[in-house]
Formats: sequence, C-alpha cells, structure tokens
Amino acid sequence: MAEGIKDKVAIIGMGCTKFGERFDAGPQDLIVDAFVECLADAGIEKNAIQAAWWGCHMPDISVGRGATVLGMALKLPFIPVTRVENFCATGSEALRGAVYGVASGAYDICLALGMEKLKDCGYGGLPLAGGMGYKAPLFMFNMTAPGGFAMMATKYFSQYNISPQDGKMMLAKVSAKSHVNGALNPKAHLRKEVTVEQIVNAPIIAWPLGLFDCCGVSDGAAAAIVCRADMAKKFRQDPVFVKSMQISVSSGEEMYYTKWDGSHVEPGYRAGIAAYKEAGIKNPRDEVSMAEVHDCFSITEAVTMEDLQFSPRGKVKDDIDAGRFNRDGAQPIQIDGGLKCFGHPIGASGLRMMYEMYKQLQGKADKRQLKDPKIGLTHNMGGFPSMNVVSVCIVGK
Amino acid sequence: MVGIKSYGAHIPRFRLDRNIMQMSLLFLGFAPLRGEKAVANWDEDSITMSVAAATDCLQGEDASKVDGIYFATTSQTYALRQNAGIIAAALDLNTDTRAADFTDSTKSGTSALLAAADAIAAGSLNSCLVCAADMRVSKVASNGDYTYGDGAAAFLMGKDDVIATIEGSYSTTHDFVDRRRLEGERLEHMWEERFIRDAGYMKFIPEALAGLTKKYKLNVKDFSKVIYACAFGGAHAALGKTFGLAPEQIQDPMLTTVGDTGVAQTLLMLVAALEDAKAGDKILVISFGQGCDAFYLTVTDKISKVKGKKAIKRNMANKVALGSYEKYLAFRKQMPCEIGIRGEEALFTSFSVVSRDNRELYGMVGFKCKKCGTPSYPPQRICPNPDCGAVDQYEPYRFTDKKATLFTYTSDFLAPSIDPPASYGFIDFDGGGRAGVDLTDCDANALKVGMPVELTFRIKYTDEKRAAVNYGWKAMPIVA
Repeated sequence: MAEGIKDKVAIIGMGCTKFGERFDAGPQDLIVDAFVECLADAGIEKNAIQAAWWGCHMPDISVGRGATVLGMALKLPFIPVTRVENFCATGSEALRGAVYGVASGAYDICLALGMEKLKDCGYGGLPLAGGMGYKAPLFMFNMTAPGGFAMMATKYFSQYNISPQDGKMMLAKVSAKSHVNGALNPKAHLRKEVTVEQIVNAPIIAWPLGLFDCCGVSDGAAAAIVCRADMAKKFRQDPVFVKSMQISVSSGEEMYYTKWDGSHVEPGYRAGIAAYKEAGIKNPRDEVSMAEVHDCFSITEAVTMEDLQFSPRGKVKDDIDAGRFNRDGAQPIQIDGGLKCFGHPIGASGLRMMYEMYKQLQGKADKRQLKDPKIGLTHNMGGFPSMNVVSVCIVGK
Repeated sequence: MVGIKSYGAHIPRFRLDRNIMQMSLLFLGFAPLRGEKAVANWDEDSITMSVAAATDCLQGEDASKVDGIYFATTSQTYALRQNAGIIAAALDLNTDTRAADFTDSTKSGTSALLAAADAIAAGSLNSCLVCAADMRVSKVASNGDYTYGDGAAAFLMGKDDVIATIEGSYSTTHDFVDRRRLEGERLEHMWEERFIRDAGYMKFIPEALAGLTKKYKLNVKDFSKVIYACAFGGAHAALGKTFGLAPEQIQDPMLTTVGDTGVAQTLLMLVAALEDAKAGDKILVISFGQGCDAFYLTVTDKISKVKGKKAIKRNMANKVALGSYEKYLAFRKQMPCEIGIRGEEALFTSFSVVSRDNRELYGMVGFKCKKCGTPSYPPQRICPNPDCGAVDQYEPYRFTDKKATLFTYTSDFLAPSIDPPASYGFIDFDGGGRAGVDLTDCDANALKVGMPVELTFRIKYTDEKRAAVNYGWKAMPIVA
C-alpha cells in the first residue's frame, strides 16, 4: 500500500539569486550563486550531496541539454545528476526528484537546482525556442503565453457574467497586491507599487490582459538541499518538512473533448485534492496558512484560488475584494511578490516559491514575515489552461 | 449536355479606395482612376481564394463525386508543387482525381473551363471543379497597382442537372505582349496602356466575338448577357457601343468595385450573370490574354434551384475599408515592416510532416469514435471521452463543413503579426469536437463568446528559408 511521502523528507538548505533582467549574469553565474547560498544555508560540505536534479525549461537558448550542465558548473564529484523539464513547473519537478530520491531510501542528501536564462533572446515575453515540435507551426495557432491565459479570462468573465470592466478591476487587485509585496523583497525583479487605476489603464497585451496582468520574464536560479527527515535536526534546528508533493497532468480531455469549461485548470484542482489527501488537510481554506501560486497572469492566480479550494467556484472576486489574499489578510498569497513581481525564470520558479515558504516557516522573511504560519503551499503550473501540468507541494514545521 | 452544375465566388473583404492610394502616391504622379479594389487579406492568396470559391460552389453538391480539379491563375504560389493539388487537399477531394494547373495568361481561366468541358464531353471526367483566381502584385504606383483587384471564381462542370449548357466556343492565340513576368520575378511588367487598349482589347475582343457568332450563326442580339474582359473602363464601354449592345446586355466588369481580377475577371462576371439568369438566357463570355477564348451558354430551368450561394452579391455585401495604402503594401510584402524580434524567430517546415498529416492539416479531417461517436481534432487514436477510451475504433471525420461557435478568444498584441492584434480562440463544433484556431477577417472588438463562426482555408505562415507557404484552417465570424 502506497504511503506517500508525508514527513519523510526535510529541506535543510535553500538559495535563490536576485531575479530580473540579469544582463550582467550568465547561466553559470546564476547556477553558482544559488548553489553557494544554498550550501552555506544547509551548513554541509558539497561532498555530502549524493545525487542532484537539475531543472531548466529552455536549455537550448542558454546552456544546452543534459545533466552535465549542473555537474560541470558545480564541479560535483561524478555523482548522479538528472535533468528534468516539465514546462513552467520544471523547478518543482527538480525538487520532486530530489525529495523522491531521499524518500525512496536511495540517498540521504540530495540537491535540486533550477535555472533559467531567458533574457538573451532579444524580445519580451517568453522565448519561442521551437519547443513544441516540427508540427507546431503547421498546426498550432499564433498563440503566446498571455494569449493562452487571456482566453481563460475571456471565458471566466463570460461564464460568471462579469463585465470586462469589472473583470479587469478584479484582476487588477490581484496584481496590485503582489506589487505591494514585491516592493518589500530585495531579490524581486519588479519592486514598485502600482495602483489599481494604473493596472486597469495599462496597454493591452492580450485582451483582456494588460501589461500588469502579466508576470515578469526574468533570469534567475534557486536551489534546495533535502535530507532524510530523521537526520534533519543534525543540520539545523528549523528544518522544513515536506507534507505532500503531487503533480497532475492533462489527459487531453480539455481540448479533445468538450466538457471542460475553459474557466478553470483541471490539473490544478486535481493536484490540490491529491496534495491535501497526502498531507491530511481537510479544509484548505482554513488550514493552509499561506501559499505561493503560479500567478504567471492575474487570471491564473484568481482561478487557482478556486482550483485549490481557497475560494468557492465563481466566487473568488468576493475574496479578492475582501483582501483575503493580501499580506495582512486571512490567507496571504504571493508574499514574496509572486511570479508577478519576483519574476519568472521558468526552471527556477517552483524552487523560488518554496524558498519563500521555507523562509516564512523559519521566521526569516524579513519585512514580509507573517505571524507564525504553520502550513505553506506552492502551486507551480506549466503549459496553458487547456493543456498543462500542475505541481502542488505542501510544507510545514 | 455538358455545362455548369454549380458556381461559387470569393471576393476578399477588404476594399482599397483609389483616392486613398492616390494620396499616398501623388508624388509619383497623378493617376485618374476611380472607385475601389478588392484586396485579399495578408493570409490569402490565389490558392486560399480558390478554396473559398470552391467551398461556395460545392455547397449542396457531393464533393466525393468530383474526379477532376483544374486551377487557373497567373499568381501561382508554387512554381514547382502542384497548386491545384493543395486546393484538392483543402477540399479533401478523393485521391483518384485528375488535377492540373492552367497558368501564364489571363485567359487561362476560360481555357481551364473549356478543357474541363471537353474532358467531360469526351467521357474521361464526370465532374470537374474549375477554380480561377488572381492576386497580382505590381510595382508601386503602376497601372496594375491601381487597377488590379483580388478574387476567385469556381465552377463545377458536369453532364447531368446542369444549370447552363456550354453550346460552343471559339479561341484565338496571338503572341501579344501586354503584360509579362519572367520565371523568378515577383512583380510584373506592362507595356504602354494605349497599346494594350487599342492594339489589344479593341482588336482581339471584336475578333473573337465575330469568330464565334459566325461559327455558330448567331447575332449579338441573341444574348441576354455579354461578358468580355477589359482592364479599362472606358474601353469596356466603347466595345459595348461598337457591338451595338443594349446597356442591359453588358455585364458589369466590376472595375470600380472589385478591380481587374485577371484570370478570374470574366468568370466572376459569369457568376454574377448566372446569379441573375433565368431559364433560356444565352450568355456569351470572351476572355482576354494572348488572344481570347469565347464561348456561349444557355441557361436551363435548373437555375431556379440554386440557393444559399455567397456568389457575388453576398460577397460584395461583406466589405470593409482597408483605409491605408501602406497596410496594403505591408500585406503584400512590398515594404519591410518591424513586427518585433519575436517575429524573426525561424518557423521551420518539415515536408514529411506536411505529407504524412496532409488530411489533418489541409483537409481538417479528424477522427470520430465508432464506439461513442466523439469527434476529435487533431485525430486521436485513443478516444478522448473519459467514459469511452476506445483504442483505434475510429473513422475519418471532416470538420470544415460543420457549424461552430466561439468557445473563447483573445486578441493578442504580443504574437507577431503584420496586422496586430492577432486574434485566436477555441471553437466548439456542432456534433462535438473542439479546436484551437486563428481568427481572421474579423473585427477584434466584435468578437463574443458563443458567436457562430465558419472555417476558412488560409496561409498560416511563410517559411522563406525552406521555400514554403504553409496553409491551414482558421475561423471567421459568419456574415449574414
């Protein structure tokens, strides 16, 4: 009988670079910076690491493929390294590999590191990088990431009878909240507060989403060192324990069948249910103290609040209006600024989310510190609403 | 009797006012030309316009009976790769179909039609689709730049239940050089207008008319409509006078409303004539190229059964002002435009993929589960219905003729496009199936969830490195 991984693995060290348009730093700089902070935080020697998982979504435009990238950059002593990729959930996938490596009993201590260097492509938005195969340009429509998610906003507004004006106002509040948080975070890409009016009046990127509905496209890296739960306190007094780690992947039903409503993310809902079951959470709205979710676009965060059962279906607007997800609200979300302001170097993002949960649980989140959070959740989505992977991880003391 | 079983047309939605052209081009000289011309969208060409006209033509007809397709154009997309074959693929015609391209001369549209009639008369074909289209590009401020319009006509030729019989024909050939373009050239050249008018149209059209009427012992008074090619409005009117035609006998050449559509000109005029024809009418058609094809038809009583065509009237009703000559130049790649560095990313073409998945990509043929009836696009070998999941229990299922509604959409300024924003969305088909498609021929502000849409075969992108124009189906709002 499968037991799951609750309380079998602990995070004992983490590192995260400053995210941003790092025209000053190459991929190796980002990898090494995240690793050096992580190793020092764990207080272990490099040689104690027995296996590593390396995440990068678009290695073809930065470092190339294969696991050698990480092994050679960090001079890891011929240990097993695995490269993983799962769209924008790549960082969580690297962490999942390391956690499962330990949980399986194969290793005592593992490293997960995710990095993305996007800003060498020469244009805004995510690079194309030919990632969908030879058939994609022949078959797929002219879709960008904001466009793919804008279609979910269009459908959400239509389904719940929200006028475009009210809908844009709802989404503006989501982004404004993250800007308030991001302004407090020295490692964040975007560190300026913006008003709801500025957000609503910003240039349209893909209707109905405007500039401030879209997250930063950034360079950066983040890392974690995990070990067996029973040995974690040997390394530090405040390790963070993994309560659950789940991922759900589209079955194709959303696009090839016609039952999907277009205004939620089915794998997000499914991954949430599986993660709550593994962690023993009965009422996520009350029991999850805080979360970093995949707010690649404001609509994604809004819908995710419903997918994760923090808000009832179709009712997230009420919670947004009530300030529930603000830093001083009942269930703070994107305390570090989120993808929106911390930025989104794809392969690093899942680990960056965990970095904030880890620091918050340790009481080391500086000006953003919440009062005694118990349970933190990361939600890392890759792909489009119509075809995607969603990883949900729950951690606690 | 051999004749026309059905007709169809496509006139693109955009119109360019010649006064607007004149305002941009005055520095190069004054051109005293009036009216407007039909301008194909950036994602159209002679192939896609032919598919649209053929779709109009085949509406209500059994496409599986078609055993021939002839395509005529002087603005062919591929010099090597059969253009008619691409149209056949888009229409998902049977593979045991005879296909041929007719090209080089503006009379090749009528040549294709007469060749189809002959093949049917000879018994070698039963049902032949003839498409004629042109989207000619000329030098900025040239006569062609001002006068050429874009459009396509299509006819289904056959033996039984024809709406008009082809009674006889007369052709001439002269190595008369009005316009020319060498292999490898994009823009055409033209000799002096007065020469083309006086030594060309004014000489060869009367010659053809005289030849045909003499051969069949007819008089111009016998025809209810006389259709003859002409690039010049004044000369067209002068010819009518010369022939002694009553005004109602002269079919409008559409020079000030659509423009000179080259290969398609006389055939679009024939569609317009048939749209208003009644049983017993006789129609004379004279095309112009390096010489002329003349033929005449008699309309049968089947004409009254023709219904629901877009033809000329509905196409003409759906028009939008392009409003800018510069936009026209951008659409025709006559002017390098910045569409963002994102737009410089190489889009590759694998022709083994294009060939292997041809029915899926060009025919928009998916699968339908034989067990539970769920249609899927792109075709899924495992049924996507979660309560079914049957493996390899499918039959081919074509989506292009299904009604569809817009499930959701966006208009995207980040996506590289020569006409931003790029609109796209998901559409749900009546009877099942969902597809993600680009939206075209639409006003971004008028899009609405749930609005009815129809499919249209268009250019997806051009891969210049691999000499490829790639096509696919897009959706557009249905215009009443």
